[in-house]
Amino acid sequence: MLQKMYDWVDERLNITPMWRDLADHEVPEHVNPAHHFSAFVYCFGGLTFFITVIQILSGMFLTMYYVPDIINAYESVKYLQNEVAFGVIVRGMHHWGASLVIVMMFLHTLRVFFTGAYKKPRELNWVVGMLIFFVMLGLGFTGYLLPWDNTAYFATKVGLEIANSVPIIGPYAKTLLTGGEIVGAQTLSRFFAIHVFFLPGALLGLLGAHFVMIRSQGISGPL
Amino acid sequence: MAKQEKDATFVGDSRVSAKRIPNISPSYSDFPGKTEPFWPNFLLKEWMVAAVCLVGFLVLTVSHPSPLTDKANPNDTSFVPLPDWYFLFLYQMLKYPWAAGDWVVFGTIVVPGVAFGALLLAPWLDTSKERRPSKRPVATGLMMTALVGIFYLTWAADHEHSLNHPSSKDSGGAGHGSSAAAPAPADSSFTADAVWKAQTSCMGCHGKNMEGGMGPNLQKIGEKYDATQIADIIKNGKAPGMPGGLIKDDAEIAKLAEYMATLK
Repeated sequence: MLQKMYDWVDERLNITPMWRDLADHEVPEHVNPAHHFSAFVYCFGGLTFFITVIQILSGMFLTMYYVPDIINAYESVKYLQNEVAFGVIVRGMHHWGASLVIVMMFLHTLRVFFTGAYKKPRELNWVVGMLIFFVMLGLGFTGYLLPWDNTAYFATKVGLEIANSVPIIGPYAKTLLTGGEIVGAQTLSRFFAIHVFFLPGALLGLLGAHFVMIRSQGISGPL
Repeated sequence: MAKQEKDATFVGDSRVSAKRIPNISPSYSDFPGKTEPFWPNFLLKEWMVAAVCLVGFLVLTVSHPSPLTDKANPNDTSFVPLPDWYFLFLYQMLKYPWAAGDWVVFGTIVVPGVAFGALLLAPWLDTSKERRPSKRPVATGLMMTALVGIFYLTWAADHEHSLNHPSSKDSGGAGHGSSAAAPAPADSSFTADAVWKAQTSCMGCHGKNMEGGMGPNLQKIGEKYDATQIADIIKNGKAPGMPGGLIKDDAEIAKLAEYMATLK
Protein backbone atom coordinates (compact mmCIF):
# COMPACT_ATOMS: atom_id res chain seq x y z
CA MET A 1 0.00 0.00 0.00
CA LEU A 2 2.65 2.44 1.14
CA GLN A 3 4.88 1.27 -1.70
CA LYS A 4 2.05 1.84 -4.17
CA MET A 5 1.47 5.36 -2.89
CA TYR A 6 5.17 6.05 -3.16
CA ASP A 7 5.31 4.71 -6.72
CA TRP A 8 2.26 6.78 -7.66
CA VAL A 9 3.93 10.00 -6.47
CA ASP A 10 7.30 8.94 -7.87
CA GLU A 11 5.88 8.35 -11.33
CA ARG A 12 4.56 11.90 -11.40
CA LEU A 13 7.30 13.81 -9.61
CA ASN A 14 10.37 11.57 -9.81
CA ILE A 15 11.15 11.97 -6.13
CA THR A 16 13.55 9.04 -5.86
CA PRO A 17 16.68 11.00 -6.87
CA MET A 18 15.84 13.61 -4.27
CA TRP A 19 15.18 10.96 -1.65
CA ARG A 20 18.41 9.09 -2.45
CA ASP A 21 20.26 12.38 -2.30
CA LEU A 22 19.04 12.97 1.24
CA ALA A 23 19.53 9.41 2.43
CA ASP A 24 22.69 8.35 0.67
CA HIS A 25 25.34 10.70 1.86
CA GLU A 26 28.04 8.86 3.66
CA VAL A 27 28.94 9.39 7.32
CA PRO A 28 32.67 8.76 7.66
CA GLU A 29 33.99 6.79 10.58
CA HIS A 30 35.90 9.72 12.11
CA VAL A 31 32.73 11.72 12.81
CA ASN A 32 30.71 8.79 14.12
CA PRO A 33 30.64 8.63 17.93
CA ALA A 34 29.57 5.00 17.71
CA HIS A 35 33.09 4.18 16.49
CA HIS A 36 35.20 6.81 18.24
CA PHE A 37 33.65 8.30 21.33
CA SER A 38 35.71 11.47 20.94
CA ALA A 39 33.76 12.12 17.74
CA PHE A 40 30.92 13.45 19.91
CA VAL A 41 32.38 16.89 19.20
CA TYR A 42 30.91 16.50 15.73
CA CYS A 43 27.41 16.32 17.26
CA PHE A 44 27.17 19.97 18.21
CA GLY A 45 26.11 21.20 14.80
CA GLY A 46 23.25 18.73 14.66
CA LEU A 47 22.25 19.57 18.22
CA THR A 48 22.25 23.27 17.40
CA PHE A 49 19.82 22.55 14.59
CA PHE A 50 17.74 20.32 16.85
CA ILE A 51 17.39 23.06 19.45
CA THR A 52 16.71 25.61 16.73
CA VAL A 53 13.77 23.45 15.64
CA ILE A 54 12.58 23.37 19.26
CA GLN A 55 12.92 27.16 19.40
CA ILE A 56 10.85 27.60 16.26
CA LEU A 57 8.13 25.23 17.45
CA SER A 58 7.94 26.57 21.02
CA GLY A 59 8.04 30.12 19.66
CA MET A 60 5.11 29.38 17.37
CA PHE A 61 3.13 28.12 20.34
CA LEU A 62 4.10 31.16 22.43
CA THR A 63 2.69 33.54 19.83
CA MET A 64 -0.71 31.89 20.28
CA TYR A 65 -0.91 33.68 23.63
CA TYR A 66 1.62 36.48 23.53
CA VAL A 67 0.35 39.99 22.77
CA PRO A 68 3.04 42.41 21.58
CA ASP A 69 1.91 45.67 23.12
CA ILE A 70 3.08 47.35 26.28
CA ILE A 71 -0.23 47.09 28.11
CA ASN A 72 -0.77 43.38 27.55
CA ALA A 73 2.65 41.90 26.85
CA TYR A 74 3.59 41.36 30.48
CA GLU A 75 0.11 40.20 31.44
CA SER A 76 -0.03 37.74 28.57
CA VAL A 77 3.34 36.25 29.51
CA LYS A 78 2.23 36.03 33.13
CA TYR A 79 -1.00 34.34 32.08
CA LEU A 80 0.92 31.97 29.84
CA GLN A 81 3.32 31.21 32.67
CA ASN A 82 0.76 30.71 35.42
CA GLU A 83 -2.58 29.78 33.89
CA VAL A 84 -2.17 28.10 30.52
CA ALA A 85 -1.78 24.32 30.60
CA PHE A 86 1.91 23.49 30.01
CA GLY A 87 2.53 27.17 29.35
CA VAL A 88 5.33 27.14 31.89
CA ILE A 89 6.96 24.26 30.01
CA VAL A 90 6.64 25.85 26.59
CA ARG A 91 7.95 29.20 27.78
CA GLY A 92 10.66 27.40 29.76
CA MET A 93 11.78 25.52 26.67
CA HIS A 94 11.95 28.73 24.67
CA HIS A 95 13.76 30.57 27.47
CA TRP A 96 16.34 27.90 28.25
CA GLY A 97 16.58 26.83 24.63
CA ALA A 98 17.72 30.33 23.77
CA SER A 99 20.71 29.89 26.06
CA LEU A 100 21.30 26.31 25.02
CA VAL A 101 21.34 27.13 21.32
CA ILE A 102 24.07 29.72 21.98
CA VAL A 103 26.08 27.16 23.94
CA MET A 104 25.73 24.50 21.25
CA MET A 105 26.55 26.94 18.48
CA PHE A 106 29.58 28.15 20.41
CA LEU A 107 30.83 24.58 20.80
CA HIS A 108 30.13 23.82 17.14
CA THR A 109 32.07 26.94 16.12
CA LEU A 110 35.00 25.91 18.31
CA ARG A 111 34.98 22.40 16.87
CA VAL A 112 35.07 23.75 13.33
CA PHE A 113 37.76 26.24 14.28
CA PHE A 114 40.07 23.85 16.06
CA THR A 115 39.77 21.13 13.42
CA GLY A 116 40.59 23.72 10.77
CA ALA A 117 37.48 22.74 8.85
CA TYR A 118 36.96 26.30 7.58
CA LYS A 119 39.89 26.05 5.20
CA LYS A 120 39.70 25.77 1.45
CA PRO A 121 37.25 24.81 -0.04
CA ARG A 122 34.89 25.51 2.88
CA GLU A 123 35.49 29.25 3.40
CA LEU A 124 32.00 30.28 2.34
CA ASN A 125 30.32 27.84 4.66
CA TRP A 126 32.32 29.28 7.57
CA VAL A 127 31.20 32.80 6.66
CA VAL A 128 27.56 31.70 6.46
CA GLY A 129 28.02 29.98 9.83
CA MET A 130 29.32 33.19 11.37
CA LEU A 131 26.34 35.08 9.94
CA ILE A 132 24.06 32.49 11.56
CA PHE A 133 25.91 33.19 14.80
CA PHE A 134 25.16 36.91 14.54
CA VAL A 135 21.52 36.28 13.65
CA MET A 136 21.22 34.06 16.71
CA LEU A 137 22.67 36.78 18.93
CA GLY A 138 20.20 39.21 17.38
CA LEU A 139 17.37 36.81 18.14
CA GLY A 140 18.60 36.61 21.73
CA PHE A 141 18.76 40.36 22.07
CA THR A 142 15.34 41.08 20.55
CA GLY A 143 13.64 38.18 22.30
CA TYR A 144 14.89 39.35 25.67
CA LEU A 145 12.65 42.44 25.61
CA LEU A 146 9.42 40.67 24.73
CA PRO A 147 8.25 39.62 28.24
CA TRP A 148 8.28 43.34 29.06
CA ASP A 149 9.37 42.90 32.65
CA ASN A 150 11.94 45.03 34.44
CA THR A 151 14.83 42.72 33.55
CA ALA A 152 13.89 42.91 29.89
CA TYR A 153 13.24 46.61 29.86
CA PHE A 154 16.42 47.79 31.52
CA ALA A 155 18.69 45.32 29.76
CA THR A 156 17.35 46.51 26.43
CA LYS A 157 17.76 50.12 27.47
CA VAL A 158 21.41 49.50 28.28
CA GLY A 159 21.88 47.59 25.04
CA LEU A 160 20.42 50.44 23.02
CA GLU A 161 22.55 52.98 24.89
CA ILE A 162 25.62 50.97 23.92
CA ALA A 163 24.43 50.91 20.29
CA ASN A 164 23.90 54.66 20.51
CA SER A 165 27.50 55.24 21.57
CA VAL A 166 28.80 53.79 18.31
CA PRO A 167 29.98 56.69 16.15
CA ILE A 168 28.06 57.75 13.04
CA ILE A 169 25.73 54.76 12.60
CA GLY A 170 24.97 54.32 16.31
CA PRO A 171 22.17 56.89 16.63
CA TYR A 172 20.56 55.65 13.41
CA ALA A 173 20.66 52.06 14.61
CA LYS A 174 19.13 53.09 17.91
CA THR A 175 16.34 55.03 16.22
CA LEU A 176 15.67 52.15 13.88
CA LEU A 177 15.34 49.75 16.80
CA THR A 178 13.45 51.95 19.28
CA GLY A 179 11.25 53.63 16.70
CA GLY A 180 11.32 56.87 18.64
CA GLU A 181 12.92 58.71 21.49
CA ILE A 182 12.19 56.24 24.27
CA VAL A 183 12.05 52.50 24.77
CA GLY A 184 8.29 52.12 24.60
CA ALA A 185 5.34 50.87 22.62
CA GLN A 186 7.00 51.29 19.25
CA THR A 187 10.15 49.54 20.46
CA LEU A 188 8.23 46.50 21.59
CA SER A 189 6.42 46.25 18.25
CA ARG A 190 9.69 46.52 16.36
CA PHE A 191 11.50 43.99 18.51
CA PHE A 192 8.56 41.63 18.08
CA ALA A 193 8.60 42.03 14.30
CA ILE A 194 12.37 41.57 14.16
CA HIS A 195 12.32 38.59 16.50
CA VAL A 196 9.41 36.79 14.85
CA PHE A 197 9.66 37.70 11.16
CA PHE A 198 12.89 39.32 10.01
CA LEU A 199 15.53 37.32 11.84
CA PRO A 200 13.86 33.88 11.59
CA GLY A 201 13.48 34.49 7.86
CA ALA A 202 17.15 35.34 7.59
CA LEU A 203 18.01 32.38 9.79
CA LEU A 204 16.11 29.88 7.64
CA GLY A 205 17.75 31.17 4.48
CA LEU A 206 21.21 30.98 6.01
CA LEU A 207 20.58 27.52 7.47
CA GLY A 208 19.45 26.34 4.04
CA ALA A 209 22.66 27.65 2.49
CA HIS A 210 24.70 26.11 5.32
CA PHE A 211 23.18 22.66 4.73
CA VAL A 212 23.33 22.78 0.93
CA MET A 213 27.02 23.63 1.17
CA ILE A 214 27.86 20.89 3.63
CA ARG A 215 25.98 18.38 1.48
CA SER A 216 27.71 19.36 -1.75
CA GLN A 217 31.17 19.55 -0.18
CA GLY A 218 30.90 16.76 2.33
CA ILE A 219 32.25 16.85 5.84
CA SER A 220 35.95 17.61 6.24
CA GLY A 221 38.27 14.65 6.45
CA PRO A 222 40.03 13.33 9.54
CA LEU A 223 42.90 15.39 10.94
CA MET B 1 17.71 21.47 -16.15
CA ALA B 2 20.02 18.62 -16.85
CA LYS B 3 20.59 17.73 -20.47
CA GLN B 4 18.18 15.05 -21.60
CA GLU B 5 19.09 12.45 -24.16
CA LYS B 6 17.30 12.74 -27.48
CA ASP B 7 15.33 9.56 -27.06
CA ALA B 8 14.41 10.27 -23.43
CA THR B 9 10.78 9.59 -22.64
CA PHE B 10 8.66 11.60 -20.28
CA VAL B 11 5.55 11.12 -18.21
CA GLY B 12 2.75 12.66 -20.26
CA ASP B 13 3.63 16.13 -21.43
CA SER B 14 5.67 16.82 -18.28
CA ARG B 15 9.42 17.06 -17.94
CA VAL B 16 9.54 14.17 -15.49
CA SER B 17 11.60 11.32 -16.92
CA ALA B 18 9.70 8.11 -17.52
CA LYS B 19 12.79 6.11 -16.58
CA ARG B 20 12.58 5.02 -12.96
CA ILE B 21 15.58 4.93 -10.67
CA PRO B 22 15.57 2.08 -8.15
CA ASN B 23 15.12 3.34 -4.60
CA ILE B 24 17.91 1.33 -3.01
CA SER B 25 20.94 2.31 -1.01
CA PRO B 26 24.32 1.78 -2.69
CA SER B 27 26.91 -0.38 -1.03
CA TYR B 28 29.22 1.42 1.33
CA SER B 29 31.91 -1.24 1.14
CA ASP B 30 33.96 0.94 -1.22
CA PHE B 31 34.28 3.68 1.37
CA PRO B 32 37.23 3.71 3.77
CA GLY B 33 36.82 2.41 7.31
CA LYS B 34 33.41 2.07 8.87
CA THR B 35 31.61 4.65 6.77
CA GLU B 36 27.87 4.23 6.94
CA PRO B 37 24.87 5.73 5.20
CA PHE B 38 23.18 8.71 6.74
CA TRP B 39 19.76 7.10 6.36
CA PRO B 40 18.80 5.18 8.35
CA ASN B 41 21.91 4.02 10.21
CA PHE B 42 23.41 7.27 11.34
CA LEU B 43 20.20 9.25 11.72
CA LEU B 44 18.97 6.68 14.24
CA LYS B 45 22.06 7.28 16.37
CA GLU B 46 21.69 11.01 15.98
CA TRP B 47 18.11 10.74 17.20
CA MET B 48 19.25 8.83 20.24
CA VAL B 49 21.72 11.60 21.12
CA ALA B 50 18.98 14.17 20.52
CA ALA B 51 16.58 12.24 22.76
CA VAL B 52 19.11 12.18 25.60
CA CYS B 53 19.68 15.92 25.20
CA LEU B 54 15.94 16.54 25.10
CA VAL B 55 15.47 14.71 28.39
CA GLY B 56 18.18 16.82 30.03
CA PHE B 57 16.66 19.93 28.51
CA LEU B 58 13.19 19.09 29.82
CA VAL B 59 14.52 18.33 33.29
CA LEU B 60 16.10 21.79 33.32
CA THR B 61 12.87 23.36 32.07
CA VAL B 62 10.71 21.67 34.68
CA SER B 63 13.08 22.27 37.58
CA HIS B 64 13.83 25.89 36.71
CA PRO B 65 10.76 27.76 35.48
CA SER B 66 11.80 30.72 33.40
CA PRO B 67 12.03 33.94 35.38
CA LEU B 68 9.59 36.82 35.17
CA THR B 69 10.27 39.93 37.24
CA ASP B 70 7.80 42.75 37.77
CA LYS B 71 6.21 44.52 34.85
CA ALA B 72 8.52 47.00 33.18
CA ASN B 73 8.48 50.27 35.06
CA PRO B 74 10.61 52.96 33.43
CA ASN B 75 10.43 55.06 36.61
CA ASP B 76 12.02 52.36 38.71
CA THR B 77 15.42 53.97 39.17
CA SER B 78 16.66 51.30 41.54
CA PHE B 79 16.57 48.44 39.07
CA VAL B 80 20.05 47.23 38.24
CA PRO B 81 20.10 46.20 34.59
CA LEU B 82 22.00 43.16 33.44
CA PRO B 83 22.02 41.79 29.89
CA ASP B 84 21.52 38.15 29.09
CA TRP B 85 24.54 36.09 30.11
CA TYR B 86 26.01 35.69 26.63
CA PHE B 87 26.34 39.45 26.25
CA LEU B 88 27.97 39.88 29.65
CA PHE B 89 31.55 39.81 28.36
CA LEU B 90 30.87 42.74 26.04
CA TYR B 91 29.00 44.58 28.77
CA GLN B 92 31.81 44.04 31.26
CA MET B 93 34.47 45.22 28.83
CA LEU B 94 32.69 48.55 28.46
CA LYS B 95 33.12 49.14 32.20
CA TYR B 96 36.90 49.35 32.00
CA PRO B 97 38.39 52.82 31.70
CA TRP B 98 40.20 51.98 28.45
CA ALA B 99 36.87 51.09 26.86
CA ALA B 100 34.60 53.70 28.38
CA GLY B 101 34.15 57.46 28.42
CA ASP B 102 36.42 59.01 25.81
CA TRP B 103 37.58 55.55 24.82
CA VAL B 104 34.13 54.06 24.38
CA VAL B 105 34.71 53.74 20.64
CA PHE B 106 37.51 51.37 21.49
CA GLY B 107 35.11 49.19 23.48
CA THR B 108 32.12 49.32 21.13
CA ILE B 109 33.84 49.25 17.75
CA VAL B 110 37.54 48.49 17.77
CA VAL B 111 37.76 45.45 20.03
CA PRO B 112 34.53 43.67 18.98
CA GLY B 113 35.09 44.73 15.37
CA VAL B 114 38.58 43.30 15.23
CA ALA B 115 37.61 40.15 17.12
CA PHE B 116 34.46 39.33 15.17
CA GLY B 117 35.97 40.57 11.91
CA ALA B 118 38.93 38.26 12.36
CA LEU B 119 36.60 35.39 13.17
CA LEU B 120 34.47 36.09 10.10
CA LEU B 121 37.53 36.27 7.87
CA ALA B 122 39.41 33.42 9.53
CA PRO B 123 39.66 31.35 6.31
CA TRP B 124 41.55 34.20 4.61
CA LEU B 125 43.75 34.99 7.59
CA ASP B 126 44.77 31.42 8.24
CA THR B 127 45.47 30.19 4.73
CA SER B 128 47.95 27.39 5.36
CA LYS B 129 46.88 23.89 4.36
CA GLU B 130 47.64 22.64 7.87
CA ARG B 131 44.54 21.75 9.89
CA ARG B 132 45.90 20.42 13.18
CA PRO B 133 45.58 23.01 15.98
CA SER B 134 49.13 22.27 17.13
CA LYS B 135 50.49 23.04 13.64
CA ARG B 136 48.93 26.51 13.46
CA PRO B 137 49.97 28.08 16.74
CA VAL B 138 48.89 31.63 15.86
CA ALA B 139 45.27 30.76 15.15
CA THR B 140 45.08 28.40 18.10
CA GLY B 141 46.79 30.86 20.43
CA LEU B 142 44.55 33.75 19.46
CA MET B 143 41.42 31.67 19.90
CA MET B 144 42.61 30.41 23.27
CA THR B 145 43.35 33.96 24.39
CA ALA B 146 39.91 35.08 23.22
CA LEU B 147 38.28 32.19 25.06
CA VAL B 148 40.10 32.96 28.30
CA GLY B 149 39.12 36.63 27.89
CA ILE B 150 35.46 35.81 27.28
CA PHE B 151 35.26 33.44 30.22
CA TYR B 152 37.06 35.87 32.50
CA LEU B 153 34.92 38.86 31.50
CA THR B 154 31.71 36.89 31.89
CA TRP B 155 32.80 35.72 35.31
CA ALA B 156 33.93 39.24 36.30
CA ALA B 157 30.60 40.76 35.25
CA ASP B 158 28.64 38.26 37.27
CA HIS B 159 30.99 38.53 40.23
CA GLU B 160 30.88 42.31 40.23
CA HIS B 161 27.12 42.30 39.93
CA SER B 162 26.67 39.96 42.87
CA LEU B 163 29.16 41.97 44.97
CA ASN B 164 27.54 45.33 44.32
CA HIS B 165 23.95 44.22 44.34
CA PRO B 166 23.68 41.09 46.43
CA SER B 167 19.95 41.60 46.82
CA SER B 168 19.17 42.12 43.18
CA LYS B 169 21.35 39.33 41.88
CA ASP B 170 18.49 36.97 41.33
CA SER B 171 16.24 39.50 39.71
CA GLY B 172 19.00 40.47 37.31
CA GLY B 173 19.47 39.16 33.81
CA ALA B 174 21.15 35.91 34.65
CA GLY B 175 18.70 35.40 37.44
CA HIS B 176 16.08 32.97 38.49
CA GLY B 177 12.92 34.96 39.07
CA SER B 178 12.30 37.62 41.61
CA SER B 179 13.48 37.03 45.11
CA ALA B 180 12.75 38.75 48.34
CA ALA B 181 15.61 41.02 49.25
CA ALA B 182 14.23 41.03 52.73
CA PRO B 183 16.35 40.42 55.78
CA ALA B 184 13.20 39.37 57.57
CA PRO B 185 11.04 36.70 56.01
CA ALA B 186 7.91 38.13 54.45
CA ASP B 187 4.76 37.67 56.44
CA SER B 188 2.10 36.78 53.94
CA SER B 189 -0.73 37.47 56.36
CA PHE B 190 0.43 41.04 56.86
CA THR B 191 -1.71 43.62 55.11
CA ALA B 192 -0.46 47.15 54.65
CA ASP B 193 -2.51 50.18 55.50
CA ALA B 194 -4.22 52.28 52.84
CA VAL B 195 -1.57 54.96 53.45
CA TRP B 196 0.98 52.54 52.03
CA LYS B 197 -1.22 51.24 49.26
CA ALA B 198 -1.63 54.73 47.88
CA GLN B 199 2.11 54.86 47.13
CA THR B 200 2.59 52.95 43.90
CA SER B 201 6.22 53.98 43.57
CA CYS B 202 6.98 52.40 46.96
CA MET B 203 5.02 49.27 46.18
CA GLY B 204 7.01 48.74 43.01
CA CYS B 205 10.06 47.68 44.99
CA HIS B 206 8.86 46.89 48.49
CA GLY B 207 5.74 45.01 47.48
CA LYS B 208 2.02 45.48 47.88
CA ASN B 209 2.12 44.53 51.53
CA MET B 210 5.69 45.63 52.24
CA GLU B 211 6.82 42.06 51.81
CA GLY B 212 9.85 43.17 49.84
CA GLY B 213 10.90 42.55 46.28
CA MET B 214 13.69 44.48 44.71
CA GLY B 215 13.80 46.51 47.91
CA PRO B 216 13.82 45.09 51.42
CA ASN B 217 10.88 43.91 53.47
CA LEU B 218 9.46 46.79 55.52
CA GLN B 219 6.89 44.95 57.57
CA LYS B 220 8.85 45.58 60.80
CA ILE B 221 10.62 48.75 59.81
CA GLY B 222 9.52 50.50 62.99
CA GLU B 223 11.98 48.38 64.98
CA LYS B 224 14.85 49.93 63.10
CA TYR B 225 13.93 53.53 62.44
CA ASP B 226 11.67 56.14 63.97
CA ALA B 227 9.33 58.39 62.01
CA THR B 228 11.86 61.17 61.37
CA GLN B 229 14.48 58.75 60.09
CA ILE B 230 11.96 57.07 57.81
CA ALA B 231 10.81 60.43 56.48
CA ASP B 232 14.44 61.32 55.78
CA ILE B 233 15.00 58.09 53.86
CA ILE B 234 11.87 58.63 51.79
CA LYS B 235 12.95 62.16 51.00
CA ASN B 236 16.63 61.68 50.34
CA GLY B 237 16.94 58.01 49.51
CA LYS B 238 19.39 55.51 50.93
CA ALA B 239 22.32 53.77 49.33
CA PRO B 240 22.54 51.53 47.45
CA GLY B 241 19.08 51.11 45.95
CA MET B 242 16.57 53.45 47.51
CA PRO B 243 15.95 56.57 45.40
CA GLY B 244 14.85 59.76 47.09
CA GLY B 245 12.26 62.29 46.04
CA LEU B 246 9.65 59.86 44.75
CA ILE B 247 7.03 61.47 46.99
CA LYS B 248 6.92 65.22 46.58
CA ASP B 249 4.35 66.20 49.18
CA ASP B 250 5.88 66.64 52.67
CA ALA B 251 2.59 66.07 54.45
CA GLU B 252 2.19 62.78 52.65
CA ILE B 253 5.71 61.74 53.63
CA ALA B 254 5.03 62.58 57.26
CA LYS B 255 1.81 60.57 57.24
CA LEU B 256 3.49 57.56 55.66
CA ALA B 257 6.53 57.74 57.94
CA GLU B 258 4.31 57.95 60.98
CA TYR B 259 2.45 54.84 59.92
CA MET B 260 5.59 52.92 59.10
CA ALA B 261 7.22 53.78 62.44
CA THR B 262 4.36 51.97 64.17
CA LEU B 263 5.18 48.70 62.46
CA LYS B 264 7.01 46.60 65.02
